[in-house]
Order: sequence, then C-alpha cells, then structure tokens
Amino acid sequence: MGLVAPFVVYPIFLMHALCFALFACAFNLLLGYTGLLSFGHAAFFGAAAYTTGYTVKMMGLGPAAGILAGTVAAMVLGSVFGMLVIRRQGIYFAMITLALAQLVYFFFLQSSFTGGEDGIQGIPRGHFLWIINLGDDRKLYYFVLAIFLVGFVVIHRTIHSPFGQVLNAIRENEPRAVSLGYDVNKYKLQAFVISAALSGLAGATYAIVFTFVTLTSADWHTSGDVVLMTLLGGMGTVFGPIVGAFALVSLQSQLADKVGSFVTVIMGGMFIVCVLLLRNGIVGELSGLYYRVVGRRPD
Amino acid sequence: MNQVFGVPLPALFGQLMLGLVSGCFYAMLSLGLAIIFGMLNIINFAHGALYMMGAVFTWIALEQFGLGYWWALLLVPLVVALFGVVVERTMLHRLYKLDNLYGLLLTFGIALVMEGFFRQRYGVSGLPYSIPDRFAGAFNLGFMFLPKYRAWVIFASLATCFATWFVIERTPMGAYLRAATENPKLVQAFGINVPVMITLTYAIGVGLAGLAGVLAAPATQISPLMGSNLIIVVFAVVVIGGMGSILGSVVTGLALGLIEGLTKVFYSQAANTVVFLIMALVLLVRPSGLFGKER
Amino acid sequence: MKRTLIRMLLGCLLLTAVQAGAQAKAGGGKISDGVVKIGVITDLSGLYSDLSGQGSVIAAQMAVADFGGKVLGAPVQVVSADHQDKPDVAASKARDWFDTQGVDVIVDGVHSGAGLAVSKVAAEKHRIFIDSGAGSTRFTNEDCNPYTIHYAYDTYATGSATGKAVVQHGGKTWFFITADYAFGKSLQQDTTTAVTAVGGKVLGSALAPLNTPDFSSYLLQAQGSGAQVIGLANAGGDTINSIKAASEFGINKKQTLAGLLVFITDIHALGLQVTQGMYVASGFYWDMNDETRKWSKAFFAKANKMPTMVQAGVYSSVLEYLRAVQAAGTDDADAVMKKLKEMKLNDVFVKNGYIRADGRMVHDFYLFQVKSPSESKGPWDYYKLIATVPGDQAFQPLSLSRCPMIKK
Repeated sequence: MGLVAPFVVYPIFLMHALCFALFACAFNLLLGYTGLLSFGHAAFFGAAAYTTGYTVKMMGLGPAAGILAGTVAAMVLGSVFGMLVIRRQGIYFAMITLALAQLVYFFFLQSSFTGGEDGIQGIPRGHFLWIINLGDDRKLYYFVLAIFLVGFVVIHRTIHSPFGQVLNAIRENEPRAVSLGYDVNKYKLQAFVISAALSGLAGATYAIVFTFVTLTSADWHTSGDVVLMTLLGGMGTVFGPIVGAFALVSLQSQLADKVGSFVTVIMGGMFIVCVLLLRNGIVGELSGLYYRVVGRRPD
Repeated sequence: MNQVFGVPLPALFGQLMLGLVSGCFYAMLSLGLAIIFGMLNIINFAHGALYMMGAVFTWIALEQFGLGYWWALLLVPLVVALFGVVVERTMLHRLYKLDNLYGLLLTFGIALVMEGFFRQRYGVSGLPYSIPDRFAGAFNLGFMFLPKYRAWVIFASLATCFATWFVIERTPMGAYLRAATENPKLVQAFGINVPVMITLTYAIGVGLAGLAGVLAAPATQISPLMGSNLIIVVFAVVVIGGMGSILGSVVTGLALGLIEGLTKVFYSQAANTVVFLIMALVLLVRPSGLFGKER
Repeated sequence: MKRTLIRMLLGCLLLTAVQAGAQAKAGGGKISDGVVKIGVITDLSGLYSDLSGQGSVIAAQMAVADFGGKVLGAPVQVVSADHQDKPDVAASKARDWFDTQGVDVIVDGVHSGAGLAVSKVAAEKHRIFIDSGAGSTRFTNEDCNPYTIHYAYDTYATGSATGKAVVQHGGKTWFFITADYAFGKSLQQDTTTAVTAVGGKVLGSALAPLNTPDFSSYLLQAQGSGAQVIGLANAGGDTINSIKAASEFGINKKQTLAGLLVFITDIHALGLQVTQGMYVASGFYWDMNDETRKWSKAFFAKANKMPTMVQAGVYSSVLEYLRAVQAAGTDDADAVMKKLKEMKLNDVFVKNGYIRADGRMVHDFYLFQVKSPSESKGPWDYYKLIATVPGDQAFQPLSLSRCPMIKK
C-alpha cells in the first residue's frame, strides 16, 4: 500500500508525514521505552537539516552523502547533550534539554552558514546513485520511504533486543535496575544518542524533500510537535508515533488555511485530552480495547 | 561624554537599567514558577501564556471597559488567578498522583490553547497601550535617562517579590501553605483544608504572572507571542537558580537580567544566548542549581 | 499488532480519500484547467498585515472585477494564504498551490525571506511570481530568475531617495537599526551606498530580530553612537515600535529618525504629532490625482483604510497580468512573461512603466514629507509632495546589476 500511495496522494504530503513519523519513532525510543522526556529534540532535527542543506548546496555533496553528514552531525550533538544531561531525571531532564536546544537555536539564528531568518533555500535534490533523479517527486518518495523503513527497522530491532529490555527495566524501575548491576547511565546515554541520530536522519531527509531549511526546524515548537505526535499516537507502542505523525501532519496541512491560528488551539486541546483521558494514545487505547474484546493478555 | 571601557556612560547605565527591568520580570515569573513547583511539584508551562493573558486583559480592560491602568493593576491579577483556580480544580488536581511530567504536558497544552486563541483574535502585530500619564517622561539623572515608567516597574516588582517572600516564609498563612504541600495528610489531620491550600498556592503563583503582565503592558509590545518568547528564558533562570528556592529564583532573575544588559553593551549579538550558556556551565559545576535543593 | 495494522490501513485509505479530493487534473488547451487562478500569499496576521495583508487580497479581487472577471473565456479566481512571515510556510504553500491547486501566478509576497522562497519555487515549477510586497534588491540581483518580477518598489528606491534627502538637510552621520533578515540588510546596504555617495558617513548599526517587542536597547546603542540620524532599516510594526520607543526615551529630540521604508498605515498608527517632518519615499499615494483618488476611495469602501503602495501594486500587477494573458492568448507562463516584458504598463499605479531584463518593473518614484497636524485637513491627509524621481534614476541602474541573467 505504501508503494502505491504516491500515485493517489500528494507525494510531498506523504514525505512530510514520513519524515515526522521517523522523528516521532526516534523520539519514542527515548520517551516510551526509556522513560525520558526530552523537550529539545528539534535541536537534532534542525542540526541535521542545516548540515545536509549546507553540504549539499554549498559543498556540492550528493543527497545520500548529505543525509549521512546530517545524521552524523545530529549524533555528535546528541552525544554532547547526552553527556551534559544524562544524570538528571524527570522534570529536570526535560527543562534542561529545552534550554540546551534554545542555545542551539540561537546559535543557528546568529550563524552566517544557516542564513539566519532566511534559512538555506534552493537545496538541489540531486541524483541518487548517479542515475535516479530525485527532482521527480515520485522517485524521491520511494527514496524517502526506504530511509524511513531503514530507520524504523533499526528502532524496532533496538526495542526488541536485550538492550531494549534493559531500557524497559530502567523505565519501569530505575533503582531496581541499578541494584541488578546495570550501568544505567551508560544505557540511557546510548538510547539518547540513537534517538538523536535517527531524529537527525529525519531532519536531513526533510531538507532534501523540501529543498529548504529554516529556523522552524530547530524551534521548540517543533520539539513540542513531536511530543504531541508520540503522546497522541501512543508512547511505548511501536506504531503509535507513526499514527500520531500522520494525524498531526494531516491536521496541520488541512486546517491551516481554513482556521489559521486555531490549529494551535486544537493542538493544545489534543494535548490536554490526551494527558487527562487518553494517556495511552490512540494506538494504545485501541490495542487495549482489542485485547479486552478478544480476551487475550497483551504480550 | 564620560566613557567606561570605550562606552559612553548614558549607554552603559541605560542598558544596565533595561537589564534590571528585564531581570525584574524574570524574577517575578520565576518566583511564580518556583512557588508552584516548590510546593506542588508541577512545572507550569502555561506561565508565559498567563503573563501574556495579564497583558492582554490590561488592554481589554481599557478598550472594552474603559478601566485604566490602576484598575487593571488591581483587577487583572485577580482575574488571572481566578482562571488559575479553574484550571487547577478541573484539570491539574487529577494529575498530582501521577508522574509530574504529565503536569508539564498538560500545562504545555493549556499554553498552546491560550496562545492560539489570542493569536486568532488579535493577530501578532501587537496591541498598543500607552504609558499612564503619571509615569510619562523620564528623570534626567545626569549620567543617564531613567524613564519614569521603568523606575516604577523596578519598584513595583521588587516590592511584590519581597512581599511574596515575606508572606510565604514569615507568616503563619505561609507556614500553613508550606506544610500543606509538604505533608498533606498530616496537615489535613490537623483540620486544615489542604485542597484549598493547594489551589491557593497555584492561584498565587499564577496571579504573580498576571501582575507581571500588567506591568509589562505599557513597556513592551502586547502580543500573543510575548509569553512563549519569555518562558524559555525563565525556565533557564529557574534551572540556574535551583528549582524550589524562592529567594534563589528572585536573586538569579535579577542577576541574569543585569548580565544580559551588560552583554548587550559589549557584545550585543550574544545577549540572547548568554543566559543559556550560563545555564550549561552551572549544570556542569552545580547540577542542582545555585540555590537549589534537589527533590 | 494485527489490529494496529488494520487501523493504519483504514487511516491511510481515509487520508487518501481526503487528499484525492484536493488533486487538480492537469488539462491541455489555452488556459490550463480552464480557470486562471491568482494566488495572493501575504502576511494576514502579523506585523506586515496592515500594509499588505487582507488589503492586498481586496486589491487583487478589485483588479479581477475591473478586468471583467474573465479572460479568454475562462473565469478568474483569487485565492489567498497567510505565510505568517515564515519562508518555509510560504514555500510549502506555493509548492502545494502550483502542484495541486492549479494556481497560475502568485502575487504580493511581503516579507523578503518568504518572497525569495516563493520566487525559487516559482522558478522550479515554471510559474510566474509578481512581487509587490517584499523589498529586498536581491530579487533583481543575486536571486533573479526568469519567472520573477519585482513590481512595486525595492529597498534601493526607497532607501536612496530618503537617505539622500536626509543628508542634504544636514543629517551627515548615521546609525542603522536593522531588521535581521534579507530585507533589513538590503535596505541598510542600499541606503549606505546612497548616503556615502552624497557625503554622509555611517557610524555603526545594530541588528534587531523581526518583531522585536522592545527597541529600547537598540535605540540606546544608537544614542550612544552620537550619530545625527538614526536610520530605521525595518518596516511595518517594527518601524512603528522603534518610533514609539524613541519618543518614550526622548531620543527624537536630539537625533533625527529616518524611516527608510514607511507606509501610510504606519503614519496613521503613529499620528502626525510624532511623525511630522519625516521624509517618505513611495511609489504611490492615494491623493496624487483624480484617478488615484477615485480608485482609492473605492478601495477604502471595502477595506476601511486608504491603500498603501503594496496594495496598489498588487492591484496593478494583477490587472497587467490579465492584460498580458489576453494579449498572449494563453496562460502559459513563458508566453505571458514574454508579453509582460514587451508591454508598456499603464494603470492607476504606473504610467509608462516597463519590465527590465532583470525582472525590475521601472516606474516613477516620489519623495514626500509628512505634514504637521495643522497642515492636515483630516484622516489620511498626511503627505505633501516634495519631488518626483523619474524611473530610470529611482532604481539601481542595470549596469550595476549583479543578476546572472544579464549579459554584460
């Protein structure tokens, strides 16, 4: 179905949703599976987007190399952030990630290589493997879909590996994990870096799809968007973030024209509803319903 | 003109004065945040939006009801505090048993709703509000110009911060508030109505934000975005000062405002980032903040 | 897990149905899709909404109505969108409009960052973009392309005319307060060129982010520099706030404030008391002659304020576009562009105007001075004409152009 979609639905919309779906899945690795709420993930998304934009437009790298460069940049930034914040917990962790992301935002605002408020525009999409012209939206879609699947598989494998089990244990009861002898901080840091790198992959791909990068990609509202996507879809579920991402991107693109700033009100309302009533998100609640109906325990 | 480090005195003192005014706003807002966090363990992300609401209501008070600045100063914080009471009673109090991250997310949602609503109604180009006549003009102190309104802001905010600190730390009422939030069951056993104390705490914190909004209305552009621009800096201030310490947040707020002003004089490009830089440094050296006690 | 997949499938099918409804079928023939769609992309809610915004949309609709509502037998529609002063929103909207909504031409484009982004998308998609709102001279220099027309004004025209006038009246030393993006920087650069050419000197500048709520600290820097003139390289709400803050601090008593891009809506918001004596360079004023008065009153009836240069520019650009489509016999972008560059333009906004090879629409510019409260006979009666600058002197000469399209 994903293979046929670009012939029926506007490809740019699909790619937009896929980039954010990947971003949300990467974010969920940290929130849903490790239990750490970061409010500054847009820093990684934006850092990768700017790096890719710069290397492809100013340095002439091909799209694949540019995306790789962006992902590496995000990974490096993730390691730096991680080392500063990993010892902190809960609320402190959230606020510090937010403030560090602001530092990065202002750095981007001032730098000349980012173009400040104007951003980097006119990023050439180039050719993949020298023959596939990514300027064609449909061909680009398959490229983006492939990237998304790669990222998703990485996350899936991480969650279902022994490493992932330890992360789960840390989320459920950290002191217990410590008492069992696990170096908790090392695990958290690794999860953080993986999450940052894959968020970067999403950002780097975004730059190629839209051919421009602006400060919005590193703005804290974008961090808030990805939190909402994960919350709405269901944190701690595998497909939740994807559903959340598609839902939010659809909402924003369909409503923005018709209701203007009211979109923000609706988003805020969704946050409130999710926190008060739908704590497991759409996928979480529906799975719960399914299992109650079928009468089986969730595995 | 006299100069210090190559900068003319009026410019230097002018920027320091503006920095002090900013610092007063940081202090008032982080005071409100610290009270709410210190006592309720909730990070009130809506604080910036409440500050914005205070400023917008001040404008509405004049436009719709013809109520001038002095009326607004009295009534608007009460209205905002009332709004806070409603929020707390209907939504927040369900979350006390849960991880306090949910409180953060809920108040974030509330902030978005408020920002979007006011943005939809009033756009982002700003609503005009003139300085009340009593404060028009400036004192010419010789080495600098001190606009009268800014002097009033400094005085009013310092007075409010001091009064709040005094009430919470030195009066019996404040003692009840502190006790009720530290050990609700025990205090309830003494016959004190704990839920009311908690609601009152939230209302005070929120009212402070509203008051800051009224003070800000004549000085800066009233826009639905004014809160979100400020709230992030205030978070950094709170992280630096240490969450939960009332005195710490006030002192840190003022100090950071002054540092920001000083930075504007010598290296104005960095003025936005200096607060976050300091925050990163403090985190490395003293993770629980300068005055903080970790919870 | 299976249930989740089923849910996803249903969700995707639903999305498909929704999106499929938004697809436009590409048609052949003279007028693509059988309708000529004009997209107005502007700032509907932010600091530039008064000088363009909804007024631009009204102006475009008036142009369509005045042309007759149809061209070559096909109806003409106007659609609009708010880019919120964000280049990414503008570019996404432009792309969506060109790809799925069959929009043939985009106009206005206020906010140079957004305008430049739209210009690039238009060039990529081979559709026309006629900019009346954004001012940066980059449109006809570094970022020129064959599908963009810089229509109403640019930072060179307003900055030079105002800058020269102020220097000639004794304001030799300058300090700039500049909006920190493409437009502000262009305006500062172009004004500096003009000011230094007539003997002025720039002592320094301060970059302020767009939508700065409080200009006090920047004005203090300006005061500290000791310059005779504070050049405001910003526009709309930013200019209004700079001037307000300057009067609060008493700065305008010792130093002259020079607004380098000022619109009649700014003067209306600030009042004559504060702005009297200021020089304003503009391509349009409602009270110039009978034709402008008649049109402006019709505009006022719909918009409740007098039109600014940008809004009049949008009206004119839409009208001339439709005339070009008529003359070319098709709405194909290349044919229409060719026609536009051949035509002589004549309407309420422009007399004997023409479009140069670099995309610059050349027309006369005017230098005004703001009246004092006693000279003004009523609301909106704000300007008196000081001088007329003929088109070929108002804009940057083609010989100095940095546009890669121009062969030298």
